[in-house]
Amino acid sequence: MHRLLITSMWILLFRTLGLATILVWGTQDTVTAKPALNVSRGYTRPMPIAITNLVGTSKIESQFGHSIANVISADLERSGFFRPILLTTSLQKIDSLKAMFSDMKAIKIQALLGGEINIGGKGDIQLKFFLWDVSSRKKLVQDVLFAPTEHWRRIAHVIADSIYVHITGEGSYFNTRVAYIAESGPLTHRIKRLAIMDQDGANHRYLSDGSWLVLTPRFSPRINEIVYMSYFRNVPQVYLLDLQKNQQNLLGSFPGMTFAPSFSPDNSKIIMSMTQRGNSDIYEMDLRTRNLRQLTHHPAIDTSPSYSADGLRITFNSDRSGTQQIYVMNKNGSDVQRISFGDGRYATSVWSPRGDLIAFTKFKSGRFYIGVMRPDGSGERQLAEGFLVESPTWAPNGQMLLFFREISPDAQGRGGSTRLYSVDLTGYNERLVATPQDASDPSWSPLLLQHP
Amino acid sequence: MRLRLLSVLVTVTLITACEFPPRKTTGVTDTVNNMSSNSGPLNVPALAGVPQGEFDSAVSQDRIFFDFDKYVVRPDAKLVLTRWVDWIKQHPQHLITLEGHADERGTREYNLALGEKRANAVKEFLVAQGVSPDQITTLSYGKERPAVTGAGETAWAQNRRTVAVVNMGSAL
Repeated sequence: MHRLLITSMWILLFRTLGLATILVWGTQDTVTAKPALNVSRGYTRPMPIAITNLVGTSKIESQFGHSIANVISADLERSGFFRPILLTTSLQKIDSLKAMFSDMKAIKIQALLGGEINIGGKGDIQLKFFLWDVSSRKKLVQDVLFAPTEHWRRIAHVIADSIYVHITGEGSYFNTRVAYIAESGPLTHRIKRLAIMDQDGANHRYLSDGSWLVLTPRFSPRINEIVYMSYFRNVPQVYLLDLQKNQQNLLGSFPGMTFAPSFSPDNSKIIMSMTQRGNSDIYEMDLRTRNLRQLTHHPAIDTSPSYSADGLRITFNSDRSGTQQIYVMNKNGSDVQRISFGDGRYATSVWSPRGDLIAFTKFKSGRFYIGVMRPDGSGERQLAEGFLVESPTWAPNGQMLLFFREISPDAQGRGGSTRLYSVDLTGYNERLVATPQDASDPSWSPLLLQHP
Repeated sequence: MRLRLLSVLVTVTLITACEFPPRKTTGVTDTVNNMSSNSGPLNVPALAGVPQGEFDSAVSQDRIFFDFDKYVVRPDAKLVLTRWVDWIKQHPQHLITLEGHADERGTREYNLALGEKRANAVKEFLVAQGVSPDQITTLSYGKERPAVTGAGETAWAQNRRTVAVVNMGSAL
């Protein structure tokens, strides 16, 4: 598990929705790092990590330095794998941090993040940071990041991602966004709007005005588009939203209702349900040729299709056995196999980006559950439950999920709520995700910054 | 017990039929206004001369109900549907939208499919009784537009429904 980081300068396309920014990332050290945590294995005691403020010379630099450290700390803390300890230091003392290693070791701090921030004349942040393994006194990472100041939170997420990757040995998920449906008004005529935000709830933005009912947004693998369902002009159909142009486009003109859309991993196709004479089957649409192809042919309900990460298989749910169950099939619709056989009804199956698990919603004895199982149906586990929980979506590293939980109001319509939650694969680390209004139908984006 | 439940349902049905007359008039000219104000008033009093009002008073019930996770037209709905058939045949100038709905005890996408099945089941019943299929369109709302709120079978039973909406536009 030793990993070499090659000394190089990378130019990375920094895909911020609506703004393309160049982020330069320099790796200066060649280091070996051994993962200190195995995140795949059950419940782990959070690892203490010292996060120092990123020091600067001016007041504004110091303020950004503190803010960035706070965002990094919050990211790591929510993951459940870290117990961040915020330490304040100054430019004069930064070189003497090493002298504190013995003290840190004594209080079980295993890693230390430090760094320096400079804001140039054009308002660009240059940030040098380093991550030390306290026990071995070795530098695990030393990098330089450049970005405009308005993207300071992105810098923080990139650093948190770097820490997570180097210490756990797994992929990370902090520099990501979440598309979801913001809800308001009484349940009998609910107003629903498309909304988008960073994974931690910051940079929140509404993408539709609530004039029309919108449902089930899902990110494209390239993050520049969202596919969703809208009742625009009372005709329920699947639409694409171009996030850079903020432009809504009808996917196509179809004879029936189209719904439950999602992208193929290579961004070339949309998979969805369409109704014909009242029945829902699964269809695939090629985004380039706009050809529609029917994948399932069954008088039962077939819906909620989702591709495997390699794009070769599709999971969906169907009531062809009499109740809703999860099925998998080849991408051309052949070899349909039922994989869920437990008590209850199973729905909204979504394949993990790692390919090892399928997450689902389950309804049993009046309660709803979020769970995972292997693609062959074995190893079923429950991660969350409630009066109504639904719609799991995977973080790009396949270690964390978002879903929504609805608490029903009383007969007078009081006391209800619908909120987003994150939960990890242990099921122990469940957190409310703060949103300005009620929220449902989350979709977790891939990482915004991919190493070339 | 079964009988008692049914009688409660019938009572509820009658009440809702009185309370929710022309909930929505969806027409070619009117679509934008209706959907753009999702928060519009629900309990609009029946207006004489408006097709939905005429339909509601003629058939006594603008909706039928379904069992949990089912889309088979129940025997107790058939009398009402026969009245719908008569009215629709007598008014060939009006388009009818059948709106299919589900209760909240299911996942969103499955319920969209289930609502479509419920709307279509009613359409097939009407067409089998001689209604022109060209006069009927279907629209599923899944669990997005419950008639009543509240957790419990009483509320859910009222939400598993197909509602007949008489469009303002002309079929001709």
